[in-house]
Amino acid sequence: MGEGSTVSVSYAATEDMELIRTTARQFLEERIRLETVRDIMMSDEGFDTGLWREIADMGWTGLAIGEEHGGAGYGLSQLGVLLEEMGRLVTPGPFFASAVLATAAIEMAGDDSQKAALLPQLAAGESIATLAVFEEPRGWDPSVLATTASADGAGWIIDGAKRFVLAGDQADVIVVAAGFEGGIGMFVVPGDASGLEVVETPVLDPTRRQADVSLNGVRVDESALLGGGDSTLPLRKTLGIGTACLAAEQVGGSQMCLEMSVEYAKTRYQFGRPIGSFQAIKHRCAEMLIKTEHARSTAYHAVRVVDDDDEFSIAAPLAGSICSDAYNWIAGETIQVHGGIAFTWEHDAHLYLKRAKASSLLFGDPRYQRQLLGQAIDL
Amino acid sequence: MTDTDSRQLDDVVGELFDNHPPSSTDPEEFWGAQYDLGLAWVWHEKGFGGLGLSRVDQDHVNRRIEEAGGSTENRYLNLLGIGMGAGVLAAHGTDSQKRRWLRPMFTTQEIWCQMFSEPDAGSDLAGLSMRAEPDGDEWVVNGQKVWTTLAHLSKWGMLVTRTDPEAPKHRGLTYFVVDMAAEGVDVRPLYQITGDAEFNEVFFDDVRIPDENRIDSVGSGWRVSLTTLMNERVAIGANTVPRGSGKIADAVDVWKRSGSEDPLLRDRLIHLWAEVEAARLTSARANELASAGVPGPEGSIGKLDWATLNKEITSFTIDLMGLEGTLYPGGYELVRPTSFDSSMPQKAFLRTRANSIEGGTSEIMMNILGERVLGLPGEPRVDKELPWKDVPRG
Repeated sequence: MGEGSTVSVSYAATEDMELIRTTARQFLEERIRLETVRDIMMSDEGFDTGLWREIADMGWTGLAIGEEHGGAGYGLSQLGVLLEEMGRLVTPGPFFASAVLATAAIEMAGDDSQKAALLPQLAAGESIATLAVFEEPRGWDPSVLATTASADGAGWIIDGAKRFVLAGDQADVIVVAAGFEGGIGMFVVPGDASGLEVVETPVLDPTRRQADVSLNGVRVDESALLGGGDSTLPLRKTLGIGTACLAAEQVGGSQMCLEMSVEYAKTRYQFGRPIGSFQAIKHRCAEMLIKTEHARSTAYHAVRVVDDDDEFSIAAPLAGSICSDAYNWIAGETIQVHGGIAFTWEHDAHLYLKRAKASSLLFGDPRYQRQLLGQAIDL
Repeated sequence: MTDTDSRQLDDVVGELFDNHPPSSTDPEEFWGAQYDLGLAWVWHEKGFGGLGLSRVDQDHVNRRIEEAGGSTENRYLNLLGIGMGAGVLAAHGTDSQKRRWLRPMFTTQEIWCQMFSEPDAGSDLAGLSMRAEPDGDEWVVNGQKVWTTLAHLSKWGMLVTRTDPEAPKHRGLTYFVVDMAAEGVDVRPLYQITGDAEFNEVFFDDVRIPDENRIDSVGSGWRVSLTTLMNERVAIGANTVPRGSGKIADAVDVWKRSGSEDPLLRDRLIHLWAEVEAARLTSARANELASAGVPGPEGSIGKLDWATLNKEITSFTIDLMGLEGTLYPGGYELVRPTSFDSSMPQKAFLRTRANSIEGGTSEIMMNILGERVLGLPGEPRVDKELPWKDVPRG
């Protein structure tokens, strides 16, 4: 374990990271704004195809995809900056499902020809993909799956029911985790495959859609199995990458809640003085700052050590647990600092509360993340 | 530091080592020579233990001394002098004061203490009562200080006093250096909840201080005190320690020895480990930013984290021990401790209760974060413009 070991990384932003941050901040503040978020989240589609096109044209969908596959060839640190900025405005749409999760699954488990076949379209934003892992009974351990793939001539037949699939109804491609004779495989299933039924589910956080995906005798080619074999470890790594990237997004949301609360505490007067002059409010804001900075430290660390498997096995669940707890608490206290106004639909605070709560459950709640952390540090 | 500076610094270190081999020279003699060559506080002016370089260059010098088998222990033996007093003298002292005090401070020949807090002035330090009245070219001092580390071993004390009770509290203070052996100074051990007396109470009864020991002008004591306190808070909680070390390592040891499989206790332990690691990474990030010249809010967070986590971890460690945690092996003894070893969990639990009070309470640190970092407005101050003598106290 990491006892006494100290993996030393630099946390300072590099030039390319600064550029990504500036560009993303400017674009999102002009193009999205929170009014737009509400419109998109209440729409039937749950995302804005025009916005998706613009995001793709700026190269965001291919940010972490290799240049040989039409991407920008950046790493997780740069993707983290982008997600942090997107998290500030609870940016709706399938970006996380496609450009983070499904992309990571294909990068981690796919062979060269599968990557060449799938990644260019994802990089260009021409195709939207997602990853389907979790099922009933609810749990986050990917080694316990009821969905199965059985060999059928040269191909596979997949049966099972996936739940909580991010952007499931928006996806052109679904990467399905299923048990097979060789272990756990990740199968690439086209969104229009016969026997595949995708039903959108109402969700706590409507800025991030989910669907139930049932697979009834869905036939796929031999080449649909990523890497041609067992993907137990790549799947775990993919979920770790999801956790680390989500942590970066949670930092952006936490920071925005902090800024909203501080601004309000400076301008809202009660008893003849700004409420931020009362220690009950001031200390709450200071605590928000502390938790945001802790979250930032763990998230920045996690995205920077992704290539070091041992360190990442500590860093990802650490970030998952700290950032989820932080964002949940901060989003909740943001409502408290604002008082009654923040309990109204018109106010933005609930967008963050819902994003925070749902995010903290996506890849394992803080307690599950601590279990993973405990295994990694031998406790 | 330019390459030329760097070479010159190494040349000076080389000169020190040639004439005073670090591993075989008597430490006090070595520290004296180190001071004379300007290697004590390299950022001080030449002639006062420095070379006019930057603060970070000192790390290089210290590292070279340690690598050569020399000692930098003086920084701990005379922590308050070398860590804080020197900074005060450098910023506010006259040349003759610096000449008189800096060298024997650095060699540990003269130990220093710091006398700020009073029984009625804790967080509200500027409200302190200790009175200094002029008498010819001397000052006569009466009152009491408390929580004074090392007072019983000190030759000199840094002292803040009230010289003008008619002025608002921040404006009526004056800073002195007092001879701890002067008549009327009475140092008594202050036994804390562990039974140890790390600190003292110091009583002043008509103690006379020559005016030449006054630091900076009459009435500027608050400004001088702030220099001291800033150095103190930088010193606490600023170090980046190895992962999983310190108090959390003790908790992990107790957990492993207990053989417990309790999932709730395990989760709590991992939770604390995670929080310690988050604080550690935050401190590492703050240090990186600070050394790149971009000091961020992360630095002020370190002291709070250190206090909060120390208290939680040591309390949890006792819980892990179960009934064993109700024992206190060795019993309570009222003594002056010879070391600051708190490896016994019960004692660590007790000692850490002060962590959120000493060096600035956690509430004050939260005010600092709220007001200086986040820019939130201060509390209305009923005492800010009132003459100090009219401020309610109790």
